[in-house]
Amino acid sequence: MSHVIEEKLIFEKDHPGRTGASLPACDVPKADPASLLGPLARREAPALLPELSEVDVVRHFTRLSTYNYAVDMGLYPLGSCTMKYNPKINEEVARLEGFARLHPMQPESLTQGALEVMATLQRHLCAVSGMDACTLQPSAGAQGEFTGIQLIRACLEDKGDARRIMLIPDSAHGTNPASAHFAGYEVEEIKSGADGCVDLAALSARMRPDVAGIMLTVPNTLGIFEKNIAEICRLLHANGSLVYVDGANLNALMGITRPGDWGADVMHINLHKTFSTPHGGGGPGAGPVACKAHLEPFLPKPVLVQREGRYAWDHDRPKSIGKVQAFYGNFLILVRALAYIETLGGEGLKRASELAVLNANYLRAQLQPLLKLGFDGPTLHEVVFCDKELPNGVTTLDLAKRLIDYGFHPPTVYFPLIVHGALMIEPTETEPMEELDRFVEAVRAILEEARDRPDLVKSAPHTAYRRRLDEVAAARNPRLTYKP
Amino acid sequence: MSNPSDLKYTQTHEWIRVEGTKGTVGITDFAQHELGDIVFVEAPAPGTSLSAGSPMGSVESVKAVSEVNAPLSGAVAEVNPELADHPELLNQDPYGKGWILKMTLSDPGALGGLMDAAAYEKYVAEVTH
Repeated sequence: MSHVIEEKLIFEKDHPGRTGASLPACDVPKADPASLLGPLARREAPALLPELSEVDVVRHFTRLSTYNYAVDMGLYPLGSCTMKYNPKINEEVARLEGFARLHPMQPESLTQGALEVMATLQRHLCAVSGMDACTLQPSAGAQGEFTGIQLIRACLEDKGDARRIMLIPDSAHGTNPASAHFAGYEVEEIKSGADGCVDLAALSARMRPDVAGIMLTVPNTLGIFEKNIAEICRLLHANGSLVYVDGANLNALMGITRPGDWGADVMHINLHKTFSTPHGGGGPGAGPVACKAHLEPFLPKPVLVQREGRYAWDHDRPKSIGKVQAFYGNFLILVRALAYIETLGGEGLKRASELAVLNANYLRAQLQPLLKLGFDGPTLHEVVFCDKELPNGVTTLDLAKRLIDYGFHPPTVYFPLIVHGALMIEPTETEPMEELDRFVEAVRAILEEARDRPDLVKSAPHTAYRRRLDEVAAARNPRLTYKP
Repeated sequence: MSNPSDLKYTQTHEWIRVEGTKGTVGITDFAQHELGDIVFVEAPAPGTSLSAGSPMGSVESVKAVSEVNAPLSGAVAEVNPELADHPELLNQDPYGKGWILKMTLSDPGALGGLMDAAAYEKYVAEVTH
């Protein structure tokens, strides 16, 4: 990639007077915008926007895109993130004019097709999760968690039984404590046992009347299925507490087992993970929440209903926690997820989960002679190694950075926290075997380098455009806005 | 770096220097080394009551955010004002300039659950083996 051009910030490419549009000559009387708009709607100083032509802008972003790595380029084994390939038919469907040009303020009579898309997706998500009702509003996993915990809070308060504590295992998904805290709960951590699962005896001892619920990621961030999940649900329910399941790792379970059947009360589902919609910076996310019938009255409003054979929005929801998102969620992301589900069908989704688990276990078997496992138990869709066998002071971070030189996105590192120097690998089902083998060979080669030429690994990456970034300086002195 | 013998230590890698009814609290050299470069320290405001073994704040490194637990019960008297601009003091001088807060102890005699330096070093050797 040494041939890439040094690219300035778009603000630095400003050419006063240059424009991307050519407007026809004005053929109406000129008016002063200041007097037409009035002082409230008028800027005091012009916005600091760069003046550029269309070709300037297209080249700028196309050049930047060549510095990037994408799931369309190769394996992206970022554990816990489920970076599966996003089939292009999803994009094609989302670009259909009837979807792409729809406006959220169009009346129900003109949006029946869109409402049917949402109703159908809700039904499918309930079928996959074993739940009774669903909201599509939350626009990310963490917002789904927050919404789900608010449902628990609303339900308990409705019974006159407001509680204080949310239990979260130390192997939980990283955002769980933050979501519970923001929803007003005190977080108490539950330690994992030697098998990486929740210690049932320790959990029983924590069952007190002030426990509102538990947040569990299943399978957990070690990739281990919580084998006592049904017993955990029974314990919590006997205590009058509710069970929240973080669906971040649902990709291991589709068509095989369902949180609703274990006894879970509410969960979120990351469409941008499990249901192949664009991820992170690649597009807005979606974190729908599915729940059991007893939480349905508290769902964000409006709720999609059918009246006389037509779809309608029900705003008359006195127990609702309110809206959590403008309008109805990231609609075109919902369209993509439905396209994916309809393309694969029930059997296809099950097969996707089986292959995700198979791919992760193939990598586990191939890498086990090279790296030390974090926990020994059987793993599903991802596998976590620790840094115990890295030679010559080479760290997990060095190994991750060196993988960039071999043409891979690094795995998740230093998470989960309960594994020292964690390297968390999730290949997903969309990787062919030769890509997995290429990754194993890269790890093998880097470990040889670590033994023979450790400085090469410690100073990686060598081929990335910006080499190794100074993460400490970036975190201590973040510069998040452009200043001329 | 050796762990000062005039301090008491917790299993969650905090230290406390008890002087009469006052205590000064920080994280151990082992903790800062495990966390790596620390970029942010969150400490409770003066007056906040602290409960032994419960979270009182957090430290953030480029690797992770970790909770810091109160070694003993009491109330926050003073927070290290330098840490807002210089969180790296926790890495550079964990037992000196990198102190996090000073507290007023509610029961200055209750040191039973804490380890001395020798016991803490033995404990660290066990958890890292």
